[in-house]
Amino acid sequence: MIKFTFYLFSLILIFASVRVVTVKNPVHAALFLVLAFFSSAAIWLLLQAEFLAIALVLVYVGAVMVLFLFVVMMLEINFSQLREGFVRNLPVAGLVGALILLEMVFVVGAWQNVPPPVATEIPNIVALGQVLYTDYFYPFEIAAALLLVAMIAAIALTMRPHNRAKYQKPDQQVSVNREDYVRIVNIPSEAKD
Amino acid sequence: MIESILYLIITVIKIVIIVLPIMACVAYLTLAERKIIGYMQVRIGPNRVNLSLLPGIRNLRGFGQPIADSVKLMFKEIIIPTNADKFLFVSAPILALAPALAAWAVIPFADGWVLADINAGLLYILAMTSIGVYGIMISGWASNSKYAFLGAMRSAAQIISYEIAMGFALVGVLMAAGSLNLTEIVMSQKGSFLHWFWIPLFPLFIVYFISGLAETNRAPFDVAEGESEIVAGFHVEYSGMLFAVFFLAEYANMILIASLITIMFLGGWLSPFEGIPLLEYIYLPGIFWFGAKVAFVLFFFLWTRATFPRYRYDQIMRLGWKVFIPITLVWIVVLGLLILFKLPPWFA
Repeated sequence: MIKFTFYLFSLILIFASVRVVTVKNPVHAALFLVLAFFSSAAIWLLLQAEFLAIALVLVYVGAVMVLFLFVVMMLEINFSQLREGFVRNLPVAGLVGALILLEMVFVVGAWQNVPPPVATEIPNIVALGQVLYTDYFYPFEIAAALLLVAMIAAIALTMRPHNRAKYQKPDQQVSVNREDYVRIVNIPSEAKD
Repeated sequence: MIESILYLIITVIKIVIIVLPIMACVAYLTLAERKIIGYMQVRIGPNRVNLSLLPGIRNLRGFGQPIADSVKLMFKEIIIPTNADKFLFVSAPILALAPALAAWAVIPFADGWVLADINAGLLYILAMTSIGVYGIMISGWASNSKYAFLGAMRSAAQIISYEIAMGFALVGVLMAAGSLNLTEIVMSQKGSFLHWFWIPLFPLFIVYFISGLAETNRAPFDVAEGESEIVAGFHVEYSGMLFAVFFLAEYANMILIASLITIMFLGGWLSPFEGIPLLEYIYLPGIFWFGAKVAFVLFFFLWTRATFPRYRYDQIMRLGWKVFIPITLVWIVVLGLLILFKLPPWFA
């Protein structure tokens, strides 16, 4: 049963990953990438790594890919232009691809084929939390600080204060009085003749 | 092999047992909404389709309305716009509905009444609700229509903004309960209604409720519909059953959020009278208390819709980012202190 599930999701994963590269429409490519993330999350679940699997769905599918889709959907894409540079870029792309393949072969080839360790009595979220906040406390905090710095840097780079921009000041909006804007004028009625 | 097939069949039966009542609730929630808002606006609401279970009883007027509506929607033509992405156009409503139903797998309806009692229950819920955005974005894009696309962008941006505040509210809950398992979260609120988490987590409770409204595109955050501004939102081009599926998803999400509020802040299936002299002898099954609390929260959803005018879009964003996220962050720190000093009766 587990084997069947594994092969099913692996097949979907391989199919989706191939389609990410081969499909023409970038929106479809992004959606295939979502499918790929999903199937790999399912495979991780089979390894009883439920925290990682759910985090993958939550972070990549739920947040990162949504932003990706936002960007991709907003672009106006010229399909003929996309295919133009194929021959010209082929050597470089082929070289990089071959290098990555080579690295993968070394890494996977050196990997001993041991059965994956199955989660123990402690649920793996508890285990992960205990390790993260004790043994790996400094790396964890440094990573968090790095992310914060990156976020602040990104905001600082994109925010250009210019004088023409008009901002709303909600506190002023809330504290307006009727007297500030409305003036009651008493106009005496004209005499009839 | 036989065992695993048997297991599969039993699980499917369990899923049907969960999904069918939810669908029935969705159908009758639409009726409840129309009736309640009707009475709040001094009208009667739907009162033509009579459903008389027993001959001679005439006071169930309007109770056949959801059935009549669904039959009508099923027989309506589905129109697919020219140059629309057909496959994505049809699958978008399904993508909206599926996560709304999948999340029910970890919801405990009563003690032990849960399909999958997993340790990472709360995370699973968070992951499932975050997938719901895809249905909206894909429907807007696949319609090949500017109105639908703009509507989709608006509601998708709104949903992912409020998800952050919601996530932080969940962090508060898991700190208070010390677990991600929904059953354990309910059990850690054992006691009378004063022991439930709505008191120590009051700001998070309010933030979660309001974010829930925004997350399900409900009034006063229903810019997805916004009749006065953009005709409708991501679903302008949809008709017939495809349109209905979007609404099924919205109402299923409403019930889901209401049950999550019940589980995390209102003590799930626990009786509110436990430990109170005399009253504690009132015994009702857990599922009754669960249903009553969910109905109570849903009534608030409908009440808000009848009461408040629609938010302006920039105000929605301001509320989500500049008000709710700071409130939740501050309360998480306060909560840490409360837990550190073992404040009775919740954290003793």
